[in-house]
Amino acid sequence: MGLVYHGDLILAFRRWEQIAQPVVFFAMITTLVPLALSPELAQLRQIAGGVLWIAGLLAALLGLEFLYRADYADGTLEQMLLSGQPLALLSLAKTAAHWTSSGLPLVLVSPLLAISLGVPTDAMGVLMISLALGTGILSALGAIGAALTLGLRRGSVLLSLLVLPLAMPALIFGARGVDMAIHGDSARGPLLLLGAMLVLSLTLSPLAVAASLRISQE
Amino acid sequence: MLRGVSLEVAAGQLVHVAGSNGVGKTTLLRVLAGLAAAEQGAVAWQGQPITAGFESYVATLAYLGHSDALKADFTAHENISHEIGLRRQVTAAEIDLALARFGLAACRDLPARVLSAGQRRRLAMARVMLTGASLWILDEPFTNLDRGGVQLLSDVIAGHIDEGGAAIIAAHQPPVIPRHAADCLELA
Repeated sequence: MGLVYHGDLILAFRRWEQIAQPVVFFAMITTLVPLALSPELAQLRQIAGGVLWIAGLLAALLGLEFLYRADYADGTLEQMLLSGQPLALLSLAKTAAHWTSSGLPLVLVSPLLAISLGVPTDAMGVLMISLALGTGILSALGAIGAALTLGLRRGSVLLSLLVLPLAMPALIFGARGVDMAIHGDSARGPLLLLGAMLVLSLTLSPLAVAASLRISQE
Repeated sequence: MLRGVSLEVAAGQLVHVAGSNGVGKTTLLRVLAGLAAAEQGAVAWQGQPITAGFESYVATLAYLGHSDALKADFTAHENISHEIGLRRQVTAAEIDLALARFGLAACRDLPARVLSAGQRRRLAMARVMLTGASLWILDEPFTNLDRGGVQLLSDVIAGHIDEGGAAIIAAHQPPVIPRHAADCLELA
């Protein structure tokens, strides 16, 4: 399992433009908002939570493209199915690697982008934690969508359609949490809920992914 | 697509699955490897259907499909260490030995995407050899190999059968394996 995690990370970093893509996308959206709406920090601060979360979610969605597609195309997915290892565990390792190379960079970059939207420094912690949990949820749920849409034409469109509705609760609570932190309130409630959603997705995702991967081979 | 196919394979047996393009050789091999399910009928290993105890079944087999199952960005060495590493512990020395056997020693640290099609096929077969599996299910393993490669692969397969392994090979031309005659299963 560690081998899969390690291996996937090595592969991701050898194609670092794949890691950069979601980050650039994230940065683009958050940079365009002040330009398109208003440069007033006071106004931006009101919508910062929502903007950062929408941008983060869409950027993470972009990063889902690379999960399993390459493995399916080059035949290594078949070998994974025949390795004799429990597929659910392998899937968990791949999801973890995916989050490390796709979600984590977004989390790390978010404070920089949040400054341009007027987010006060005390709210940065909540922002980063909420995005970490949220992108984790998206990696776990997105893995299910990625596995289900393998080998389908227009799979990317279907992937977005499948995953976005599932990610909406996370979006609502995540954006809310950041908003509360910006206004100086404790964001404990939303963060705990996000944590619970993450635990739920991490528990169910590997099983669903394993089943979908087997189906993709028929 | 495939109807009325019945096949029995014992240790030390070599089976050649023959048939024209599109008749279902790949489908048959995939069903045997447990990747696809047959609509009717079943695959059994040592008396047990493979659906019961799938994980122990696949531990005894090595499958090579049409694609080489190599990650383009891994080096030859890494490809093998990551794929075999999933199944069993393997040392770098073992991998180097296998690479040398297949004439790939010089390619050890080259990413798979710069290797030629023939070299990639050899690398894929080196991987099959290192699994230590007793049953080899090979789909057109001789594709892209030059004469030297075909000879080498035939020798490796012969060695495998000598040691009591079994091999099911789908190929257009009957494989010429030293010291062993293939039982032919003609799909129509």
